[in-house]
Amino acid sequence: MHETVVAQSVFETILEHANKLGKRPVSAKMSCGQLNPINDEVMNFAFEAATNGTVCEGMRLVIEHIPLKAKCNECSEVFDFDIYAGGCVKCKSTDIKFEPDAPLLLEEIEFQDKE
Amino acid sequence: MKVSLNKKILDKNEECAMQNRAFFAENNIVCINVISSPGSGKTTILSRTILDTKKEIKIGVVEGDIKTDTDAEKIRTTGAPAIQIETKGACHLSAEQVEKALSAIPAKELDIIFIENVGNLVCPSSFDLGEKKRVVVLSVPEGDDKPTKYPGTFAKADVILINKMDLIDYIDFDLDKVLSEINRLNPGADIFQISATRGDGLDEWYNWLKSVK
Repeated sequence: MHETVVAQSVFETILEHANKLGKRPVSAKMSCGQLNPINDEVMNFAFEAATNGTVCEGMRLVIEHIPLKAKCNECSEVFDFDIYAGGCVKCKSTDIKFEPDAPLLLEEIEFQDKE
Repeated sequence: MKVSLNKKILDKNEECAMQNRAFFAENNIVCINVISSPGSGKTTILSRTILDTKKEIKIGVVEGDIKTDTDAEKIRTTGAPAIQIETKGACHLSAEQVEKALSAIPAKELDIIFIENVGNLVCPSSFDLGEKKRVVVLSVPEGDDKPTKYPGTFAKADVILINKMDLIDYIDFDLDKVLSEINRLNPGADIFQISATRGDGLDEWYNWLKSVK
């Protein structure tokens, strides 16, 4: 995943809301799936760079990684698929059906109540 | 105070990708996004495919590279229309760039438009361009560890072309390992073992193209 593009997009959305509300953002929560993964370290670095010198500077970014749900066609086990391990966690079969992967979302922004 | 958004972060790109997808569908064009490392042979595969299927499939190409017009030039020598997008540093193509490029080729007259993405096994896989199918090329000299190292890219492909099969006897490349890794990540993918320079295995690839056209 290209974290700089994601960081820029997240920053622009937060800034838009901050300007509209006239409040200072303190934190934001985003989430991603397993097939468009975000590296937390790179993302935080890119976000820091994007927000530097703006009303968003210093705010906290929380990144939630949502598991990819899978069901084994062999043994019917339902499990969280690990793309770095692969296969059914129970019987190791690769005959697996996947649920849709979670999208890349900016879930919420928290603003400072008092100036 | 908290503001709940649940906003798709790459929604600008996704909206544009949906518009591209609608354009392709309306005009009966199959768009195929081709992703690989630099030097895997994407341009050679496309050039040969255009020449070998000329009588049956009308193909155009959108080329993405950080700099230079070299790949589009090479495609044009086959007689097919090609447009180069210079990303000027960006490591992937975006749906908006593709939309702009489409006006520079006679898109509506084509059966298949290939988008040759910037050579990179990481970023391009996260950006929907509005394509109907996605092809990932892995060439033998790159090594047999690529599906394991870049699982996201291989998991989202419809077709995986293993190229430069003519070199397999000279390189330490465990084909069985690659096939089982791909099968583990993406059991539904079609895998074709080809050599774009020598011509091995290309008929199966062409038959697949004819089946989706």
